[in-house]
Amino acid sequence: MSTATADSVSDQELVRRSDGRRIRPARILLHTFLITVAIAWLIPIGTAIYNSFRFYESDTQVNGPFSAPDTLTLQNYRDAWNVGEMGKTFGNTAFIVIPALFITLFLSAAVAFACTRFSWKFNIAFLVLFTAGNLMPQQVLFQPLFQIYKRVPWPDILSDTNTGNLLGTKIAVILIHIAFQVGFCTFVLANYMKTIPKELGEAAAVDGAGVLRQFFQVILPLTRPALAALATLEFTWLYNDFFWGAVLLNQGDERPITSSIAVLNGQYATDFNLIAAASIMIALPTLVVYLILQKQFISGLTLGANKG
Amino acid sequence: MSEQPERSPSPSKVGFALNRRQLIVGGAAAAGGAAFLSACGGDDDTTATTAAPEATTAPEATTAPEATTAPEATTAPATAPPADLGEVTFGSNYSDEKPKAGMAAAVAVSGLDVKINTVDHNSYQENFNTYIQQPDDVMAWFAGYRMRAFASKGVVGDISDVWTGLGDMSEGFKNASTALDGKQYFVPFYFYAWGLHYRKSLFEEKGYAIPVTWDEFLALCEQMKTDGITPLAGANDGRWPQMGMFDMLNMRVNGYDFHVSLMGGKESWTDDRVKEVFAKWAELLPYYQPDANGRTWQDGANVIGDKSAGMFLLGNFITSNFDGATQQDIIDDIDFFLFPEINPEHGQDAIEAPIDGFMMAASPKNADGSKALLGSLGTKEAVEAYIGVDPSVVAANGAADTSGYNSLQQKAAELVGGSKYIAQFLDRDTDPSFAADVVGIGIADFIADPSKIDTILDTIEAQKATYTFE
Amino acid sequence: MTVTDHIDDTTPAVDPPARGRRRRRRRYTTLSKGDRFWLGVMVGVPAFLHLILVWVPALATTALSFTEWDNLAPLTDIRAVGFQNYWFIFTVFDTNLFPALFNNFILVFWLFFCSAIGMLLAYLLDKNLRGGRVYQSIYYFPVVLSLAVVGFIWKSTMFSRDRGLLNVIWPGEPIDFVGDGTKIFQFDIPFLDFPLGLSRNFAALLIAMAWRHIGYIMVMYLAGLKGVDPALREAASIDGCNEWQSFRNVVFPALKPINVVVAVITVIEALRAYDIIAALNEPRGTEVMGTLVTKSLLGEGGGRVGIGSAYGVVLLLLCLGFIIWYVYNHYRETEQ
Repeated sequence: MSTATADSVSDQELVRRSDGRRIRPARILLHTFLITVAIAWLIPIGTAIYNSFRFYESDTQVNGPFSAPDTLTLQNYRDAWNVGEMGKTFGNTAFIVIPALFITLFLSAAVAFACTRFSWKFNIAFLVLFTAGNLMPQQVLFQPLFQIYKRVPWPDILSDTNTGNLLGTKIAVILIHIAFQVGFCTFVLANYMKTIPKELGEAAAVDGAGVLRQFFQVILPLTRPALAALATLEFTWLYNDFFWGAVLLNQGDERPITSSIAVLNGQYATDFNLIAAASIMIALPTLVVYLILQKQFISGLTLGANKG
Repeated sequence: MSEQPERSPSPSKVGFALNRRQLIVGGAAAAGGAAFLSACGGDDDTTATTAAPEATTAPEATTAPEATTAPEATTAPATAPPADLGEVTFGSNYSDEKPKAGMAAAVAVSGLDVKINTVDHNSYQENFNTYIQQPDDVMAWFAGYRMRAFASKGVVGDISDVWTGLGDMSEGFKNASTALDGKQYFVPFYFYAWGLHYRKSLFEEKGYAIPVTWDEFLALCEQMKTDGITPLAGANDGRWPQMGMFDMLNMRVNGYDFHVSLMGGKESWTDDRVKEVFAKWAELLPYYQPDANGRTWQDGANVIGDKSAGMFLLGNFITSNFDGATQQDIIDDIDFFLFPEINPEHGQDAIEAPIDGFMMAASPKNADGSKALLGSLGTKEAVEAYIGVDPSVVAANGAADTSGYNSLQQKAAELVGGSKYIAQFLDRDTDPSFAADVVGIGIADFIADPSKIDTILDTIEAQKATYTFE
Repeated sequence: MTVTDHIDDTTPAVDPPARGRRRRRRRYTTLSKGDRFWLGVMVGVPAFLHLILVWVPALATTALSFTEWDNLAPLTDIRAVGFQNYWFIFTVFDTNLFPALFNNFILVFWLFFCSAIGMLLAYLLDKNLRGGRVYQSIYYFPVVLSLAVVGFIWKSTMFSRDRGLLNVIWPGEPIDFVGDGTKIFQFDIPFLDFPLGLSRNFAALLIAMAWRHIGYIMVMYLAGLKGVDPALREAASIDGCNEWQSFRNVVFPALKPINVVVAVITVIEALRAYDIIAALNEPRGTEVMGTLVTKSLLGEGGGRVGIGSAYGVVLLLLCLGFIIWYVYNHYRETEQ
């Protein structure tokens, strides 16, 4: 992506290249356009952010959401955090998302490796299977999945439930996340791995490296950009999942961060400012992850998407 | 579910732990004091039997509180034995701040070791169908059709023996807790009432009188319109708030028995009597706040709050829209009255008052503990503890102390106690999916375009055929 | 367009034109028993999970759509009813199904339009603008928000009839962007006794969906554009191509692989759309297949598994059509 240096270099370049094509005015026009779009983009979220620092009933409701504030406050954030029990729900989300994310990436990398680096009878068929599976609507899976989980024994000591089966455990949520998301990740990683020259694997094989060593020591390190890109996307998806967390977890104490919004929505349906504050806190982790991995995100997807 | 994103607002802040579904699905009928007529009894074959007791009780006590105080001595049924019964798990949808604290206080009365599993009320209801397949020992739910539906499927436990200890519950509440097999599956906790809410000060200022007949009601609406006030606040976001209007009109025009029969799937929606209900409704629509379909009930409550609208047909939870700290004056100023009479044959004999309470799992891990907990939750001490924290509802237990009730609570107890028939709410009195996905859609379409009512009713009737009613 | 554009490009090797000519893979070693075992594990474990938890339920739902079953009853109570559920949803519930299908259909077109805007933004941002990263982050921002949050933001701050920004700005009578299901245009269909059309509130929803979709697609295309060999664009510019010509003749063709991906994402997003609409409480006029399926398979209607599954299968078949097209395109190319 554009780094600061690249920017300035290209801008100087532009000045020098003013060979009759009116590049500067075009740039200005372009910036005007992009800024307009950016403002339009920011209005909905900006309104929410702005009002999250105001009191609702005494201020926003009386003066309107776009007026100057009476006072600015962090009270909404405190209330949202406490009432939504966000400390607990953040913890639950971490418990679900982190293992799900890493296992998904690991398993997808394994499938992609086996299917693209080696030729065997059904390798393409497997890739098709995974890709297609990911494109199905999730709600459709629910009823049968529920019945399956109910019948899979699971020791209570490994979960916070006392039912003796998988239903209602966080493991159940992690499993369906993995099973479903493996499809998309396999697809992207397979595309990526195809771009890694065969010779690398061959060289390793000649040196006597087995399949596992090729995977762990040659291919996996080279796949890092794609893994980073996927980590960003998958983190966003898993983190924001409301559906599986709500339908599979019986215990309120087990529910993920997205359920905090449901709790607050029920309770403060009229206090938009407080819900806005909660929404912003909930969005922060995904935003941070995106900003950190932004560069890898773009370059990682590039290969996956384009070199297929 | 939904994402789910959420959903419709629940009347929670003040302490109604109900949310859209609960409201909609309102179950049986509750009466304040001794009088409690079970609406739900009506939708099934026991209609006749349930109606009878109520009718008799009604005159007995005008205010719930009084009638209740008498039997106080008998209350002690479940002064539950201590923790040696072991841990009981309790699934609660009392997820808002006050109700949650109130429920903790109510449960503490039992002295049992109770593990409360609180789930936000919207998800709780949306997922109850699956939750019930692997439930906690005791769980919060609603009286009426919704309770009976689960009872008849055998997924909740018979607690008839708990009822032997619930001496202070009126016959009506017992009926509302009884399934088709004649056994009890439910312990009522509290109820609240639906009616036309208004600002006392506005009526005083303008000299408006409480309308008792349909003509007076229309005249009042007309007067308000002339005065530049929107006569009726209109909200239907989530497609449940206007179900209350249908219930009231139907019970006023055709009477409670027909309503129950219609909810039970036994009458045709294309019947002229149903058309008459919508004809009356169409007379009211010009007085509605425009664009009701996209408005939340909270936004509807706001126009009552700022007096730009005159009346709002809603549950008592309307006060939860206002902040106790800064808007107490508004809360104190809100009152409600019964929906006016339309057909003299039925007068104002019916009211809508959903009851919330508890059920037990079909095979609880700790059966003795569960029953002890249910017995305790049915006592006046438990509900008093709850209402002490969340004073917005009316105790189901007839012996509960009502001296601390605010004016709205007292009014609710009084009006419900004085009503001959008590309905729950459209989505508690019939199949909830039929209510939400068929009738709710029909009502929204009607509000958008009243002229299409014949087509709408044909559609409802056709879709009704795909449902099995109990 | 500048020569220095991709100076910091970390993209390794293989430019697109070389793609087709890549040699066919060949077996280069004979695998040992241990290697075979590990390869089996590597494919077997994920495949097992994926099959059991995704494909088996999908097929089971398909089977259930031909039955009648209350999910509280034991499995032995499942009763075959042939095509009855389909008959119900196509005739009795036609007032739900067809408007939903129509809305999904509109969404497909709309999101394709949005994808084009996403591509345009990506193309503009790919010029290494000053502040490009900032624009990019802003446009992408809605994607990281959870849909419950998106729904909340639009419903309360933008659409609300009584105090939403759109109505604050709008000079005329307030518009009920949430609940007003009045049709903007409508037309009759021979076998239906009611017209289909685009309702106002769904049109408003399209804006909220665009807000999310454009940023998502923009990022995909930014990634895609990174892979376009800068030398090609430079050559085009030397040849005197103007911006549009070089885009159409050079950039766009080079983006073909990502176009396929974006096309599929767009169609699937359009067909699977659910969350924002649910967050707005599914007002009349905005129903889509996703909300019908959810409503009838989960929640209070969850007991009607058969009918819910039938809705699900209709949605599944729609998605499947695109899945097949996509897989065909994608892997055929790969296999060349």
